[in-house]
Amino acid sequence: MIKGKVHKYGDNVNTDEIIPARYLNTTDHEELGAHCMEDIDAEFVNKVRPGDIIVAGLNFGCGSSREHAPIAIKAAGVSCVIAKTFARIFYRNSINIGLPILECPEAVDGINAGDEIEVDLDTGRITNLTTGRSFQAKPFPPFMQQLITAGGLINYAREVTGNR
Amino acid sequence: MGQTITQKILAAHCGRAEVEPGELINAKIDLALGNDITAPIAIEEFEKIGAADVFDRTKIALVPDHSTPNKDIKSAQLVKRMREFARKHDIVNFFEIGQMGIEHTLIPDKGLVAPGDLVIGADSHTCTYGAVGAFSSGVGSTDLAAAMALGEVWLKVPEAIKFVYFGKLQKWVSGKDLILHTIGRIGVDGALYSTMEFAGETIRELPIAGRFTMCNMAIEAGGKNGIMEPDEKTLEYVKQRAMRPCRVYESDPDAVYKEVIEIDCRELDPQVSFPHLPENAKPISQVGEIRIDQAVIGSCTNGRIEDLREAASVLRGRKVHRDVRLIIIPGTQEIYLQAVREGLAEDFVRAGAAFSTPTCGPCLGGHMGVLADGERAVATTNRNFVGRMGHVKSEVYLSNPAVAAASAVLGRIASPEELE
Repeated sequence: MIKGKVHKYGDNVNTDEIIPARYLNTTDHEELGAHCMEDIDAEFVNKVRPGDIIVAGLNFGCGSSREHAPIAIKAAGVSCVIAKTFARIFYRNSINIGLPILECPEAVDGINAGDEIEVDLDTGRITNLTTGRSFQAKPFPPFMQQLITAGGLINYAREVTGNR
Repeated sequence: MGQTITQKILAAHCGRAEVEPGELINAKIDLALGNDITAPIAIEEFEKIGAADVFDRTKIALVPDHSTPNKDIKSAQLVKRMREFARKHDIVNFFEIGQMGIEHTLIPDKGLVAPGDLVIGADSHTCTYGAVGAFSSGVGSTDLAAAMALGEVWLKVPEAIKFVYFGKLQKWVSGKDLILHTIGRIGVDGALYSTMEFAGETIRELPIAGRFTMCNMAIEAGGKNGIMEPDEKTLEYVKQRAMRPCRVYESDPDAVYKEVIEIDCRELDPQVSFPHLPENAKPISQVGEIRIDQAVIGSCTNGRIEDLREAASVLRGRKVHRDVRLIIIPGTQEIYLQAVREGLAEDFVRAGAAFSTPTCGPCLGGHMGVLADGERAVATTNRNFVGRMGHVKSEVYLSNPAVAAASAVLGRIASPEELE
């Protein structure tokens, strides 16, 4: 069970805003985390607390394929991202590196910035502790559930190569 | 039920006769690609897998193109890590500075992709190669790591949207304008998770360069892949480059699309996409007075020889406006050489443009033309997001090469018609 305060953004938040290209000369997770969301919300890294949750509109993570984006979000201490929809490469990258993400348009409409929410990743249940309302996210397809259970794509690949 | 060209390629790569949209498959890959920003993370993840070697040293391409020639020490470290990995695993297609180009221009020009191939790349614009009838799609670094070890990738079979273009294009209208107009019509998530299949008489008339430009920007509408059925032009292009047999697939007449969109191109003007989304496309006639500080001609979208010829035809015998910096970047070393041979390089330098070695550079605000606070650029690149080319308060307007060249001369966003 995840619990945290909400930071809310609109539609089409792109990976240039999540981690600007000027910081792509490193792969260091902490360094990337220190610049998370810098070009959409320069105050984000000062406001965010471990466990906080990002809630956003349509097409979150669009643009570049940079895995630095979900890495920066995870390294900034964010426990989960809830959006109406995700751009497809960001979606893959998040699953692959183990950043929990949930698609739930109703929850996005029913949650405000600053609300305290609770997320059950096993069931996809999202509860807004501030208002008392709760929402059901779309479940992951079984194959992706398998990847998540294996602990991400690298562990999955390790199992496969180990068996060869 | 009929299958689309995309479904047929995916099916052939997972040993199946047919696949259906929504299915998750593990597909064999013909090429996996990484650049100096994405490959270093992939290499770190590859080491964690513990595989003794890569699945096939001829089917991996590593192209240091984003921050190269190395823009700073940290970038130099990343490229070094990539170079060391390439040497250790004897990667055939590692392209050193001096041979490298912008990956999506270089890979097809080197014959590394052919019709019917399945290509993944840790770069969002990997969708470019659909222009030769291949399935190609952008993924992340961890995907690239697993692909380098296993030779496979997990994919969800996408639904498809078919775009049918008809009518003859007007002068100064090219593939860039078709795709900007299309994204303007459906929005930046209009093809989310879907195939964008481009078809119709206008596409058949379009040169290969314009086809690459269109497929390149499928990701700007959220698309998983952009694709076109191969024709004589495709085979002519591929024949001179890929030294291996290829497999030409076509969509069945009864293939299923979630939507078919017809686009009349007869009256289409050159398009300009306003900040800060590629979907903000307007015809050049409705742009108004927009002064610019910089113009960039190049990138994986518009850095081909045809693009440079178009720009040179506008710039020849003219001067860049005194308030504008014009930066022109060829996509590959071959294109650079061709531009020198044809006298285009001289046209550019005489006009007062900076003509550079291949690099992604300014497109992503990396180097070679980063914008300051409040500055405005017209660019033949692919994204105009907030801060994309530099300062968070700078602006990027997307256009075709002829419009960018005319704008550089006139100091404001303008149609090349104004110079005729």
